[in-house]
Amino acid sequence: MEQRPTVYSDEKLFKKLLEDKNITIEDALENEMVINMGPQHPATHGVLRLVLRLDGETVLSALPELGYLHRGYEKMAEEMSYIEFIPHTDRLDYTGTMCNNVAYVLAVEKLLGIEAPKRAQYIRMMIAELSRLAAHMVAIGTYAMDVGAVTMVMWTFREREKIQDIFDRLAGARFTTSYTRIGGVASDADSVTLKMVRDFLDQFHSALDEMDKLLLSNKIFIDRLEGIGVLSKEDAIALGITGPNLRASGVEYDVRRAKPYLFYNEMDFKIPTYTDGDCLARYWLRGDEVRESVKILYQILDKMPQGEILANEPKHTLAHKAEIYTKMEELIHDFMIINYGINPPVGDVFFSAENPKGELGFYIVSNGSGHPWKMKIRSPSFCNLQAIAQLCKGAMISDVIAIIGSLDPVMGEADK
Amino acid sequence: MEMKELIVEKLKKNFGEFVQEVTDFRNDLSITIASNKIVDVAKILKEDPELEFVMCKDVTAIDWATRKNRFTVVYHIYSFKNNITLRIKANIAEESPAIESVTSVWPSANWYERETYDMYGIVFKNHPDLRRMYMPEGFQYHPLRKEFPVLGIPGSLPLPGKI
Repeated sequence: MEQRPTVYSDEKLFKKLLEDKNITIEDALENEMVINMGPQHPATHGVLRLVLRLDGETVLSALPELGYLHRGYEKMAEEMSYIEFIPHTDRLDYTGTMCNNVAYVLAVEKLLGIEAPKRAQYIRMMIAELSRLAAHMVAIGTYAMDVGAVTMVMWTFREREKIQDIFDRLAGARFTTSYTRIGGVASDADSVTLKMVRDFLDQFHSALDEMDKLLLSNKIFIDRLEGIGVLSKEDAIALGITGPNLRASGVEYDVRRAKPYLFYNEMDFKIPTYTDGDCLARYWLRGDEVRESVKILYQILDKMPQGEILANEPKHTLAHKAEIYTKMEELIHDFMIINYGINPPVGDVFFSAENPKGELGFYIVSNGSGHPWKMKIRSPSFCNLQAIAQLCKGAMISDVIAIIGSLDPVMGEADK
Repeated sequence: MEMKELIVEKLKKNFGEFVQEVTDFRNDLSITIASNKIVDVAKILKEDPELEFVMCKDVTAIDWATRKNRFTVVYHIYSFKNNITLRIKANIAEESPAIESVTSVWPSANWYERETYDMYGIVFKNHPDLRRMYMPEGFQYHPLRKEFPVLGIPGSLPLPGKI
């Protein structure tokens, strides 16, 4: 009895494979081939699996398979209080953690009907934009690396590192920030932090120009992206694409402008759009968005108001630690909130915010108790991935890498 | 708001008693309709030149556990023209829960409905590709149902053995 590999559980098939010695190269070339790309593939940005049907190098059809990073956050959310879920939002889109924190607490605040003080809102806006910069730096860097420009990722990650340092000072953690609180933020942004942000922005302009110089005079980079993976305006809307990918297809839709939350209505910024809808347009658009975010950040720093960073809502917001230890009233409220939760009114709300990847929405159903009856996370990466099958059809196999990179999915968010 | 009244009026004119409930909580307009009319309602909302709800943002469901109509399917749709998000709800019964798929109206509902099927076991009739989204193909349960424990069910997922 010969030793056989365990992967062939079907004995008949295994025998046939052993006997069939007459397969020629011509046979293989004439037939279609099904290959499995991922889940452990560096260019799929996490654990995305694609099953590709190929004719030579042309993709006949592509089938995305999700669920390799499914952790069941929606189920877990039903078993924990509203405050306990904040750290879990970090793990959704782990490149833009602060944006998730902000979107989640805004959704809960909408359900409660409370509002954070102005300074807290401005700090939230600041960290959300910084987070957007960081996420776009990752997106652009890894995208360029996927199509062969490896230097780029070093340069963008260097800039991102500076943003992480600001988060480290502000929230005490670089990635898993969990910085926002229901009714405000965890700690005040002192003058040193604000100075760090300003210093970062001042040197960021020249860094961006350097990056542009590196990539845009690179013929290979342009050739690999131009005209690849074209997504028309109608298809983008029909497939539910949001965020940079939608705007690259020519739809001027940004939640920050359409339904302004925080104080985005006081900010002066443009919404960049492109009409080509190809991979290059999606690259350009992220670059433009970074520049708009820098503009917003300067305005936030100039207008940053003074005042409280937590709303005065004792039934809904946790008081500062120092007050809990010294005042009776605060201690009682802290005890009640931790043990019984914040008990929002019965009802359901949908709140969505503009995240680096697209529109992140939280649909929360409350039955009046301390934890949500249901929480649905409408994650932009999940919705954007729906376009992959259509975009890959008819493309070359090397274009598939460019298309995935241009859609910029984060599997932590797509799989929840 | 005028636009909201117009939406409710149009639906009531077209569907009469099939519009079961209209709520406006925290400025979110939510309309409950009879589940057998979902595709017709979707078509009207999308194609009416004054409404144009062209984008389906999300489809999900709520498990009420103890109610007579145990599940509620929830749709969030958006109109670029009027800049308004609308929530459509449809209640369905516990016994073999099923509702017509809206993929013919909004193609983006494809994956959202697959996810809802995976998590709640609600069958979307006439769906082009109704497979599980996250859980493996042979999995027997629907995890977001209230009777499914948070810790999972031991033995329900085949784990890799020793090779």
